[in-house]
Amino acid sequence: MSSGPFLLLEDLSKRFGATVAVDHVSLALERGEILALLGPSGSGKTTTLRLLAGFEVPDSGRVLVEQDDVTPVAPVARRFGMVFQHYALFPHLDVGQNVAFGLESLGVRGEELGQRVSRALALVDLAGFERRRIGQLSGGQQQRVALARALAPEPRVLLLDEPLSNLDPALRERTRREIRDLIRRVGITSVFVTHEQEEAFDLGDRVAVLRGGRLEQVGTPEDLYAAPASEFVAEFVGRSSSIPVTVLGLGDRGLRVEVEGVEWQLTDGASSSVPAGPGLMVMRPEALRLLPPAPGSNNGVITQRRFTGSASLYTVLTDGGASLEVSGPPRAVSPGERTGILPSRRAGGGIHLFPARGK
Amino acid sequence: MKRDRRSSIAAGVLLLFLAWLVVYPLLLVLIEGFRGPNGWTLEFVRQFFRRRNEAQALWGSLWISVATVILAGGIGVPLAFLLWRYDFPGRRTLGGLVALPAVLPPLVGVIAFLFLYGESGFTSLLVQWLFGLEEPPWRLQGAAAILLVHAYSMYVYFYLFTRAGLSSLDASVFEAAASLGAGRGRTLRRVVLPLLYPSLGGGALLTFMTALASFSAPYIFGGGFRVMPTQIVATRLNGDDQLAMIETASLTVLALLALWLLRGARVANEQTGGGKGVPPALVPIRSRAARLLVAVIGWGLALVLLLPHLTLLLVSFVPAGTWTTEPFPPAYTWRNYLTLIQDPVRARPLLNSLWLATAATGVAVAIALVAGILSVRRRVRSGGVIQGLLTLPWAVPGTVFAIALATAFSVHAPLAGRFILVGTLWILPLAYLVRNLPLTGRAVLAGLRGLDPSLDEAAATLGAGWWRALRRVTLPLLRPALVAGASLAFVTAFGDFVTSIMLYTYDTRPISLEILSSLRQSDVGVAAAYGVVLMAVSSLVFAVGAEQGSTG
Repeated sequence: MSSGPFLLLEDLSKRFGATVAVDHVSLALERGEILALLGPSGSGKTTTLRLLAGFEVPDSGRVLVEQDDVTPVAPVARRFGMVFQHYALFPHLDVGQNVAFGLESLGVRGEELGQRVSRALALVDLAGFERRRIGQLSGGQQQRVALARALAPEPRVLLLDEPLSNLDPALRERTRREIRDLIRRVGITSVFVTHEQEEAFDLGDRVAVLRGGRLEQVGTPEDLYAAPASEFVAEFVGRSSSIPVTVLGLGDRGLRVEVEGVEWQLTDGASSSVPAGPGLMVMRPEALRLLPPAPGSNNGVITQRRFTGSASLYTVLTDGGASLEVSGPPRAVSPGERTGILPSRRAGGGIHLFPARGK
Repeated sequence: MKRDRRSSIAAGVLLLFLAWLVVYPLLLVLIEGFRGPNGWTLEFVRQFFRRRNEAQALWGSLWISVATVILAGGIGVPLAFLLWRYDFPGRRTLGGLVALPAVLPPLVGVIAFLFLYGESGFTSLLVQWLFGLEEPPWRLQGAAAILLVHAYSMYVYFYLFTRAGLSSLDASVFEAAASLGAGRGRTLRRVVLPLLYPSLGGGALLTFMTALASFSAPYIFGGGFRVMPTQIVATRLNGDDQLAMIETASLTVLALLALWLLRGARVANEQTGGGKGVPPALVPIRSRAARLLVAVIGWGLALVLLLPHLTLLLVSFVPAGTWTTEPFPPAYTWRNYLTLIQDPVRARPLLNSLWLATAATGVAVAIALVAGILSVRRRVRSGGVIQGLLTLPWAVPGTVFAIALATAFSVHAPLAGRFILVGTLWILPLAYLVRNLPLTGRAVLAGLRGLDPSLDEAAATLGAGWWRALRRVTLPLLRPALVAGASLAFVTAFGDFVTSIMLYTYDTRPISLEILSSLRQSDVGVAAAYGVVLMAVSSLVFAVGAEQGSTG
């Protein structure tokens, strides 16, 4: 019977006055899975998380845990743990009292309470911190106390609201790894909100991309990168640049596309479903290559070069007026020089075609 | 959803109660002012404009209030700058003494001035004795006397607002101005003052409203000089109830007009506002002459500030009828204090004031808490109106509320929400409650706004119901605000004179009225002893409030 998803968001919608914050979002999580809600600000990701926690009541749709409808269950009784963006640690209680707070709600008392608080603190590497005041802790330590407090009552689901946004950039990567290891070890089903793609990819088993309250795409990081379902996902996830094109139709070696007056044949890619006519082509930097300018090919001027280590990232202003990012050898050309552009032979899934905007 | 509905119901009940207690009596006053024996009439408005007294009183109120603002600002603002920026001998002592006038309830401050600068007060007796004069050298009467008391007791507002504004300025502001080549004068003019405008406006507003509502000083010192609050009481004593209501309405309009004119001001000296900046280093005064001058001024000022308190203390030990023409009283005794405790008739006002102030403060805190949670946390739709009703009594002079409550609750009409409370035990605590609501309300609202709402949500995800979240999270964090609001409210109610004089009964007579009657019987020692008790309790409550508030 337990073959269904562990956590199910079924067609959730929420509007605040005239604005639709969440628009028919459905998501399913397996037990122990980590899902990232990724999107720019105003995309509805935080509202979705608050609907999950029960702080907002959906206008329509349901939240189910193991087929059990928890939509009408108040946050108090939902047993979802939450780590808040600014941690929301109780400043008047010490670390131990903060962690004990949720356990006391469950009626845990006496010796067991102390043991479980210690265990939760040991889990986040803060053993022996019980009597510290919240104000004495560093940002990273406060974050771990918040995690320990959320995990101590052994909630069914863990929710994290921008868990890393309050930390120094230097600390973020390490903390990210620690959180991921911790969640894996505990094995708790988790949903977290972020606006940073790197964070979503690193921490999430799957990533749900939201935009304007709508779910654009959900999938593994690899899926999103290699096969973006929309122009928005293609541009939001990973580096890319775009150029308007005209789709001519299927040719003998692939899809024929006219790019600023030059015909390209795209050998592979999941874009053959795009109908003939105006379209938008989104390309990863590594899907393009530079070559000496030649008549009959796409030419332009290098406007910027950024050294990234093994390669350089070139910005090219094409003669047609588009600005493209192209990956190439570190010192191939210098800014100000003219260059030609071609799709790379190993472009793989790096070029994506979508119907033109505004259709 | 169930919770939302419960919140809405609670908000509705609270709204109804506040409207009944705060707005309804004021409306009744307005209505009755336009009603004669034969229906609606403008007769009393006409009377109001025909009599020269009325115009004089209104004009007197206005110019006394404006002059008070100028005087209080002239003392408070430079003092705040001096203590904030310069180091000089006695700086700490002076800094500790500047808030002293705040522990004198209005009537107590007035009688202290009477003992100190009045015709038979220390200074005039001293001058008389030194120069062998037959007559007292001056009379403490009229506008000058009122302004003297106002300046003494209200410069504190300007001082505190200016200090709060200054302490929120970061040293980097001055460094930035200096790096941009601005000299001291230009920095003050272009940077510091513009940043201080909201604070100065707040100080001006508070001073103006307090001066406009001031009753004790004009009542004792006014003589032939009229201001509206005393005029209202006099008219009412004459039995011209309707005219008193028109006067009341005119004073209210003046108060609301001031509020509207100064609407850009920082309304409250809220804890969350200032104190974030790193203050610039103190500038030591190097020149020897300047140091001496500042030190003399500073110590002189400290003495002037402290003299009323010392006077009160000294007079409280004077046996009845022994002190007549000597510059200092010839005999001292503990009897006045013993009378206060042992004589049941004289101990009664003390107990009355204690229970009245405690009850009014307790209920005001509870209402403020409920209103705060509903409007700030639950964000009920009527939240704005609730907050408005809570703070409205602040803008309305005490005399006005006294008249309004006396009007509303002297009629038995339960269906119209009116009961006979005048002459009963209940009218005074109710009046104190109305006057306390803005004090506790402000503090609680500011405290709640300063709390991160996710603290509540965190408690909820950890399984704490609303009661446990309130008891374990919200209330402990709100304690500093609660204590601050409660102590201010208690002190105000404990020393109240302006509403009490119109609403008290023999059984509920508070300390202030006992002071007045002792004074009338020339029993200055007992009056001063009561004054000392008021002063001591106020200081104690403030000290406890400051202590608790900071360690919360």
